[in-house]
Amino acid sequence: MSLAKQESIFLEKKIGRKPTNTEFQIVAAEWSEHCSYKSSKKHLKMLPMTGHNIISEKGLDSGVIDVGDNYVVTVHIESHNHPSAVEPYGGAATGVGGVIRDILSAGTRPIAILDGLRFGNIEKDPFAIWLFKNAVSGIADYGNCIGIPTIGGEIEFDECYTNYALVDVAAIGFGKKDRLIKNNAKKGDLVVLIGGPTGRDGIGGSQFASDSLESEDRSAVQIPDPFIEKLIIEAILEARNQKCIKAMKDLGGGGLSCAISETADSLSIGIELDVNQIHTRESDMNPDEIMISESQERMLIITDKNKLKKLQEICKKFSIICSVIGKVKDDKLMRVKKNNQTLASIPTNIVANAPLLDRPSSEPNYLKKLPKRIQLKEVSNLSNVLLKMLGNPNIASKIWAYSQYDHEVGIRTVIKPGLDASVLRLDNGKFLSVKIDGNPKHCYVNPRQGAIGCFEEAIRNVVCTGATPIGMVDHLQFGNPENPEIFWTFLESLKGLTDFAKFFKIPCVGGKVSFYNETPKGPIKPTPVIGVLGIIDKEPSHPQKIDRGNILIIVGNTNDELGGSEYIEYIHGIIGGTCPQVDFKTSKKNMTAVLESIKKGYVKCAHDCSKGGIVIAISELCMMNNIGCNISLEKISAKHLESDRILFSETHSRYLLVIDKKDLKKIKKVFTENNVSYGMIGNFGGNQILFKKGSKSIINLRIDKALSKWEKSLEELVIHG
Amino acid sequence: MNVGVIVFPGSNCDRDMFHVLNDIFKIKADYFWHEKKLPKNLDAIILPGGFSYGDRLRAGVIAAHSPVISDVKKMAKDGIPILGVCNGFQILVEAGLLPGVLLKNNSLSFMCKWTRLIVENNKTPFTNKLKLHQKIPIPIANREGRYYIDNKTLSSLKKNHQIVFRYSDIVNGSTFRIAGVCNKESNVVGLMPHPERATEPAINPSDHKPSSLIFESLIQTIGAAQ
Repeated sequence: MSLAKQESIFLEKKIGRKPTNTEFQIVAAEWSEHCSYKSSKKHLKMLPMTGHNIISEKGLDSGVIDVGDNYVVTVHIESHNHPSAVEPYGGAATGVGGVIRDILSAGTRPIAILDGLRFGNIEKDPFAIWLFKNAVSGIADYGNCIGIPTIGGEIEFDECYTNYALVDVAAIGFGKKDRLIKNNAKKGDLVVLIGGPTGRDGIGGSQFASDSLESEDRSAVQIPDPFIEKLIIEAILEARNQKCIKAMKDLGGGGLSCAISETADSLSIGIELDVNQIHTRESDMNPDEIMISESQERMLIITDKNKLKKLQEICKKFSIICSVIGKVKDDKLMRVKKNNQTLASIPTNIVANAPLLDRPSSEPNYLKKLPKRIQLKEVSNLSNVLLKMLGNPNIASKIWAYSQYDHEVGIRTVIKPGLDASVLRLDNGKFLSVKIDGNPKHCYVNPRQGAIGCFEEAIRNVVCTGATPIGMVDHLQFGNPENPEIFWTFLESLKGLTDFAKFFKIPCVGGKVSFYNETPKGPIKPTPVIGVLGIIDKEPSHPQKIDRGNILIIVGNTNDELGGSEYIEYIHGIIGGTCPQVDFKTSKKNMTAVLESIKKGYVKCAHDCSKGGIVIAISELCMMNNIGCNISLEKISAKHLESDRILFSETHSRYLLVIDKKDLKKIKKVFTENNVSYGMIGNFGGNQILFKKGSKSIINLRIDKALSKWEKSLEELVIHG
Repeated sequence: MNVGVIVFPGSNCDRDMFHVLNDIFKIKADYFWHEKKLPKNLDAIILPGGFSYGDRLRAGVIAAHSPVISDVKKMAKDGIPILGVCNGFQILVEAGLLPGVLLKNNSLSFMCKWTRLIVENNKTPFTNKLKLHQKIPIPIANREGRYYIDNKTLSSLKKNHQIVFRYSDIVNGSTFRIAGVCNKESNVVGLMPHPERATEPAINPSDHKPSSLIFESLIQTIGAAQ
C-alpha cells in the first residue's frame, strides 16, 4: 500500500492536513495505476468516442450502443493478468465475473463472453501449459455456471509471456434502452451493498496489478463464486424491473474505496458509510482491509428509501445478503465511520481523480536493432512446412479450449466459434457480430502498424459474417510505463488505433489500459487487443458447405510482409522484418466490396487471411469442409515474390471468398465497381491441399493428414505435455 | 395446455426453454420458483438445465431436496408428463424419479458439442411423434453427463423399454451410450442433450425438425389429454 512521495505531498496539500490511515489506504488504492489511469488518461482522450448510436451516461462502466427498436448492446473489456499469472484458475474466473458485473451495472443482461488468452511457449514450458490449462478451466467453470455463453476469443503463445499470463475478457450485454440504469442519487437515498461477504481475498489487488510481477502474492488474488454471481445477476435484473435501482456500480479493483469514491464523484454527491454494517467473511477484519478488499460478486446500489423493502425482498428470494451500509449526502465527501468514530472524511473529487502524469517517451533501442530486411533459408519441402505450421499452437485449432465453454446457452449463438467472428441474434431481428484480435509479434516489430493491424483483422472477421462494424473496444497491455521506451510503444499503438478509428468512423466505446505487465525477465511485447462489434440488419452470412467446383477468390494484394509473422519465427527462428501495414483506402475499398458481395448473396463462405498467411487460411477452409483445393500461385496478386513469401506473408486487407460458378460474373462486377484488386486463384475438389506454380506442384497435402495435425496438436500438447 | 418450467437457484436454461415453449411451439408455459407450490392444473412439468446450487456437493443433489420436488413427485405418480433436461435430468435422478446416476465425462471436462441421438422408445409423452431409431442432431453441454448403471439394472431398463435415447457415437463414456431414460410408467423422461437448443433453423442449420418433434410430441400428448 503506497503512494509516491509527490503524491503524498499533493494529497496533504489538497486536503490541508495529514490523511488518516484509512484515508491513506483508500487513496492509495484509488490512485493506483489500475484504478486511476494516471499514466494513460491524458492520452486516451485522442480516441474518437462518440457517434450517433453511442449512448453515454455518467458513471457507466460499459459502452452502450443503440441498436434500434428500443434496444441497446453494452460491451466492456478487462484483463486479469497479474492474478492469472499467480493463480490461473481463480484469476481467469474472477476476470470473467468482474467484466460481467460491469455489463450488469448498466442494467443490461450479459449475453456473451469472449476471452483472449496469452501464455509462454507451451511446446517447451510445462509451466505455460499449467497456466493455460487452468485459465481455460477457470473460464469454463465460471462462464458455464452463470449460463452466459463464451462465444469466441483467441489463444496465443509467445516467449515474452514466459512465467506470465494475459487473460483478457470481453463481455456483451443486451437490454431495453428505457431500462438502462441512468445513475442518479439525491440526499437521503440509501447505499446498499449486495452479494458475497467482504473477505481478506484480493486485498490490495489493484496495487498488486500496478506493479511488476515479482512476488506471488496469492492473498491479492480473488476467490471466484459463480453461483453467487448468477444469483446477483437475476436479483439485479429483477430489482431493475421493479425500479429499485437509482445508481449501481460493480466492486472491482480498489473494492469499496473505488466504488464509493467514483460513484459519489460522478454523481456529485457525498456518501457516508459505516463499516460495521458491511457483511464480512471474517469477524476480525479492520476497517482499512474492508475498504480495499477486492472480494468478488459484490455490487453497490443506491436506492430510494421507499424501495428498500422491495429490494430486500428480492435479495431474500435469491438468498443474497443485502446490507444498508450508508446514505447519500450532499456534501461531496466520502465519509467512513465505525459506529460514531469517523475514520475518513475526504472530498470525493480528490479520491477519484488522481494527479495525472505526463510520462516521457522515447523510441526503444530494440527497434533499431531488429533486422529490417530478412533473408530466409530456402525450404526444400513446403508440404512439410505447411504441416508443421498447422501444428503450431498459434495456428492449430483451438477446439480443445472452446469445446469446454458452453457457447450455445441463451440460444442466441447463430454463428459459433471456430472460424471468423461469432454472431448472436438479438430480439429485434438484427444480429450482432463480435471478434477480438491481438498480434504481439506484429506490435513488437512496429507498435503502431501492429495495433492498426489488430483493429483491421477484427474488422475483417466481423465483415466476413456480413456485418457492418459499429464500434470497437480496446485493451492496451504493456510493460512498465515509467520506462520511456515502453511508454513510447503505448503511445504509438494508441495513435495508430486513433487514426484508423477516425478514418473508419468507428467509435471506441470502451477500453482498458493495463501496464506493468512484466516479469523478472522483462516486459511483455506490446499487446493491444481490439474487439470489434458489427451489426447485421437481416441474415448473417452462414458459412455454406463448399462443393466441388466452387471457385476461390482472393480480394487484396499480397505484399512482402513477413515481419513478425508466424512463419519466420516458427520455421526460421527470426524476429524482425517489416510488419504488414494497412493502407487505409485499400482497407475500406476491400471491406466495402466484400460486404456488398456478401449482402447480395454471391458468397458461399468468406474467411480472412491473417496469422500464417494465405496458405493457412485456405487450408482452414479445406479442412473445415473436408474438401481439397487446387490453387495456382501465379494468380495470387503479388509482385514477383518467392513462393514461401507469397504463401506465408501476413498482409492485411485480404479476404478469401468461396463462390459458385454461376455468381462469378456478378461478383466480378462488384469488384470492378469498387475498383478492388482480386484474383481467381483456384477451385475446390479432391482430397488434397494442392498449390501449383505453373505446372509444378509446390504443396501437396492430404486433407485428413492436415486435419488431424491441426485439430489435435493443441490437445496433445496439453494432455501429454 | 399449461406447462410449468421449474426454476432453481442457478438454473440457466429456464429462459431458453420458456422461449421455445411459448414462442416457437405456442405452448403456454410459466416459470415456477423452486419454493412455490405447483398448481393442480399443470399439464406437464419441465426441469430445465443449468447449474442449480452451482453444482455444489454433486450436480442436482441439492435441488432434488427443494420444496417443489415433493409436488413434482406427486405429479409424477399421477402420470403427468415430466421432462428433465441436462441439470433437470440430474435432479430427477437425484430425486429418485429416474434410475441411474450421472458421472463426470470420460474427458473429465465440460463438453459443448453437437452430436446425434437415436430414438429407442417412441411411446413416451415426449417422443410419440418420433420414429423408432430416428436420428436427432442436438448439442450437449455438460461436465457430469456420463450416464452410469450396473449391468443388472441395464437389463431391466432394456426389458422395460426405459432407454429413450442413445448417442449414435461414443460421446462421453455413458453405459450402453445412454443419453436419456424414462421411468417404468414412461411419463417421466430425462436426457442430457438440449432439445431447446436445436428446434430453430437459425441455431441448428443442419436439421431442426427431429428436435422439434420432442415438443410436438408433448403437444400431442397434453393436447389429447385435455
